Amino acid sequence: MAEVNNSSVIQLLADRFGAKVSGVNEPYGLLTVETTKDVITDVLRFLKETEGAAFSFLTDITAVHYPETNHIAVVYHLHNMVNKIRIRVKVFIHEHTPTIPTATVLWNGANWMERETYDFFGVKFEGHPNLKRILNMDELNVHPMLKQYPLEDPNRVDKKDEYFGR
Amino acid sequence: MNHNQPVYTDNDPQSELVTLNLGPTHPATHGVFQNVLQLDGERIVSGVSTIGYIHRAFEKIAEHRPFYQITPLTDRLNYCSSPINNMGWHMTVEKLLNITVPKRVDYLRIIVMELARISDHIICNTIIAQDTGATTTFLYLFQFREHIYEIYEEICGARLTTNIGRIGGFERDFNDIAFTKINKFLKEFPVALREFESLLNRNRIFIDRTAGVACVTPEQALDYSWSGPLLRATGVDYDVRVSEPYCSYDEFDFEVPVGTSGDIYDRYLVRNEEMWQSVSLIEQAMEKLKGEPAGVFHADVPDFYLPAKEEVYNNMEALIYHFKIVMGEIDAPKAEVYHAVEGGNGELGFYLINDGGRTPYRLHFRRPSFINYSMYAKMSEGMLLSDAIINMSSMNIIAGELDA
Repeated sequence: MAEVNNSSVIQLLADRFGAKVSGVNEPYGLLTVETTKDVITDVLRFLKETEGAAFSFLTDITAVHYPETNHIAVVYHLHNMVNKIRIRVKVFIHEHTPTIPTATVLWNGANWMERETYDFFGVKFEGHPNLKRILNMDELNVHPMLKQYPLEDPNRVDKKDEYFGR
Repeated sequence: MNHNQPVYTDNDPQSELVTLNLGPTHPATHGVFQNVLQLDGERIVSGVSTIGYIHRAFEKIAEHRPFYQITPLTDRLNYCSSPINNMGWHMTVEKLLNITVPKRVDYLRIIVMELARISDHIICNTIIAQDTGATTTFLYLFQFREHIYEIYEEICGARLTTNIGRIGGFERDFNDIAFTKINKFLKEFPVALREFESLLNRNRIFIDRTAGVACVTPEQALDYSWSGPLLRATGVDYDVRVSEPYCSYDEFDFEVPVGTSGDIYDRYLVRNEEMWQSVSLIEQAMEKLKGEPAGVFHADVPDFYLPAKEEVYNNMEALIYHFKIVMGEIDAPKAEVYHAVEGGNGELGFYLINDGGRTPYRLHFRRPSFINYSMYAKMSEGMLLSDAIINMSSMNIIAGELDA
């Protein structure tokens, strides 16, 4: 079995997807790449099933909101347990059209991770079998992890952030 | 895949299906979980898990708290093994800041984390026994959790939500009483654990209830992103301590037990063997401590390690540093970092994005209980109700970690 390391995976991705996979970086040794939502399922399937990548374990799916650029980043962490390397795949989607294809076609474990991401960020995973809130109550009409929603009730006057050095 | 579909409601008056609300508060579920089950007699036809009853918005709170104020939040994830969460968080921040801690700190941390693992596994295994009808074993082994809490008390003053440690080490050195209690634990616990095993391992009733129940193949387990003892019981030897050694685990000699069929009996055996391995790890760490300079309990990182209280009360400089650190005034690199530790239930991950502000820009907890539990409703289909109850016990789902 050929050795799998960060540079070999970067090479594989570049050969297969070219400019569709960009922003290659290795913060703290963890290979990070960016891609787009039209190829995300292909990228994940390629990473999961190609020999030489074999990231067969989905560690986590989450999202990050960047209101300055109007983006939500959906972040996938995959793990190749045999070669002991991880990869982080990011997809930046627009916060007003937060849709992305589901990863449940590849891993059943993605089901609840995507429901959690939908619950907190409003990211709509297209093709998800049961995309509804998981931790918050169904009646909640916001996606609370978006940055525009404050932590505490903004109408309270006794808990201004500056009093607490926040 | 029909996992987690809406509840099957059958309005046909001839139907013999019964809808049963198992939970949210049910004495057999050991936590706040709701499962809406469709029963045909005693057999479960389909089920839907509803979670979120103790959701406390930790990820949102964490975006508004400096690093030190996040440690108490991590306590409340898996509250059966809080020190592992605390250490995992400190190590994440240390990774972000490129802090290397002295070897002695690593060994002290391993002692605390393995004690926590034992206390976590005690809960799970004794509760499987309890739910199969063996109350004696439950009460018998549970007292050792009390002894572990007493050790925590000596180390940090708290018992359940420990808030142990600091970025770079511990707030104080382990005192002599702590070491005495650890040694006493190492002497007494193996005797009790052996007795516990002799009561259950070859117990006909216990084996009949657990063996061959809720079998999971390695493929299914990996597909559902399982980790920890549950994954190892199916035969996959994935353990973060071995795969990506942190905290000098690579210097230690221990084995990763694996099962073969992934059933409840295998999970029980894997957890029991892990307790033996943890005892051995603590013994090795105690031995290694002898070769380390005494009195070293933190790294030399004055920018992030809180100064000693005597200094803070008597010295202006220390007071200023204390406030700067608590308020998150000191710059940390703008970076993102993922750090995983082997928690009681599996891979506990911290995904931290720092943008240079006082608080994390984003902090995500990869919570093994949440991810492991997603298969529960699917697994229950076709199972007897009584088996589904012990299946939940054997998955050791901790509500705090499930809901964050």
